[in-house]
Amino acid sequence: MPYDPGADVIEVVRAPQAGAVRSTYRAFGETLRGLKTTLARWAEGPYTYEYPEEKTPVYPRFRGRHKLHRFEDSGLEKCVGCSLCAAACPADCIRVVAAENTPDNRVSAGERYAAVYEINMSRCIFCGYCEVACPFDAITMGHDYELSDYNRSNLIFTKEMLLAEPLERAPLRTAGE
Amino acid sequence: MTPLALVGYYEPWWIQLLKALVIFAVVFQLVPIVLLAERKILGRFQHRYGPNRVGPYGALQPMADIGKLLFKQQFRPNGSIGWLFALAPAISMMTAVSVMALIPFSDTVDIFGTQVGLYGIDPSIGILYAFAFGGIAFYGLMLGGWASGGKYAFLGSMRSAAQLISYEVSQGLALIGVVMMAGSLSLTQIVEAQTGSGHVWYFIPQFVGFVIFLVSGFAETNRPPFDLPEADAELVQGYVTEYGGGRFAAFYAAEYVNIIVVSALTATLFLGGWNVPFVDPPTWVDPIVVLVKTLVLVFFFIWVRATLPRLRYDQLMSLGWKVFLPLATLNALVTAILVVVT
Repeated sequence: MPYDPGADVIEVVRAPQAGAVRSTYRAFGETLRGLKTTLARWAEGPYTYEYPEEKTPVYPRFRGRHKLHRFEDSGLEKCVGCSLCAAACPADCIRVVAAENTPDNRVSAGERYAAVYEINMSRCIFCGYCEVACPFDAITMGHDYELSDYNRSNLIFTKEMLLAEPLERAPLRTAGE
Repeated sequence: MTPLALVGYYEPWWIQLLKALVIFAVVFQLVPIVLLAERKILGRFQHRYGPNRVGPYGALQPMADIGKLLFKQQFRPNGSIGWLFALAPAISMMTAVSVMALIPFSDTVDIFGTQVGLYGIDPSIGILYAFAFGGIAFYGLMLGGWASGGKYAFLGSMRSAAQLISYEVSQGLALIGVVMMAGSLSLTQIVEAQTGSGHVWYFIPQFVGFVIFLVSGFAETNRPPFDLPEADAELVQGYVTEYGGGRFAAFYAAEYVNIIVVSALTATLFLGGWNVPFVDPPTWVDPIVVLVKTLVLVFFFIWVRATLPRLRYDQLMSLGWKVFLPLATLNALVTAILVVVT
């Protein structure tokens, strides 16, 4: 007795098969369409940033090299040497040694100032916790990202280096990018 | 003694020699240009620049590549057959360049009082000559893969053998229409048949033949979408797996010479050779016209490479035998009837 699949088996509905002429025509047309697509991409031109000559733009909240800030009017340093950034740093790369401000030698706006402020960039993980911890917005993350060096000791950034304006700045991305 | 083929050898020997040198020089100038153009244009198709570090606009990149390859050690695997292993790239190179001798850049011109044809040779069996060398070219790949003594190289060469044989058939049949319309196998006479009022370039009346010849040309030169012999995703590198250094460079250059040759053949057979429609330029423009047509076709080769994915092996075979062969035969038949009737 032959096997009877019963009513459970449903006949598969297939799309109509294209004939030889039709499928040849379709293959030809689709090839032309593909060629048109690639030529349109060619006309758009390259999207490459030619990196060493042309810096890759960064977003406004990009966390690059740190910057220390001064008050714009008085020129005093914003950092008061509280070491909260050093405490917040998970990589333990910030070293702050505070000293008292005196009337003849006033460096910062508060009672104390940072006599030594060093960031070891070879340890920094660019998490931005120092920026969050700072009560005076004295340290922020900048936009510089070309930080490699041949020597580890060159990667320890002192207070003077962090206060100075960086020589080359990465361009910011425009709104549409 | 009856000559096997009529060759217009009315030029002195030194002109023959000079022409050979000029053709060789021109082809080998074109190879690095096409090499660079391919990488630059392919880059543009993919939204990038392509090589632009070596020299102005990356112009010295092919030189750097070739220099690197030539200074490498001539490596040979243990199981390989030495002299065949060394012979294979030479065969590929020789056959590729030999076909270039056929391409007519212009008719005979008067240079310093001598009549010189701006082509290497113009045998009366021109197209057969091209196919004969195409047939020998396949030995280059086959011997290269077989003499390497490795299974991947051998598999790759088997694939290329099957592919070349399949597509050579339809390529030949696609040209029969052109030959019948022109009434000659000689390339200069085929170009002459496309010249003048009342004659059109053969890609219009022979459109089917044109498409088949061009697509088969892609398969003959192992270009994408038919680059199965060296399908880098599946086989290692096909028949060139065990090759390195100068020998690899020879295979690589032969591939690009083949592209130029197929483009130049297509330009000659279907795009009217040195003709320009509606204007009659002076004779010195003719070689430039041929070169421009060739380079436009080379651009098309690169364009297709940027567009189409590689075919599966059975698709390749069924396209060759089930579509192109009947279509080319039909084309030849219809052309024959039309040529007799009109």
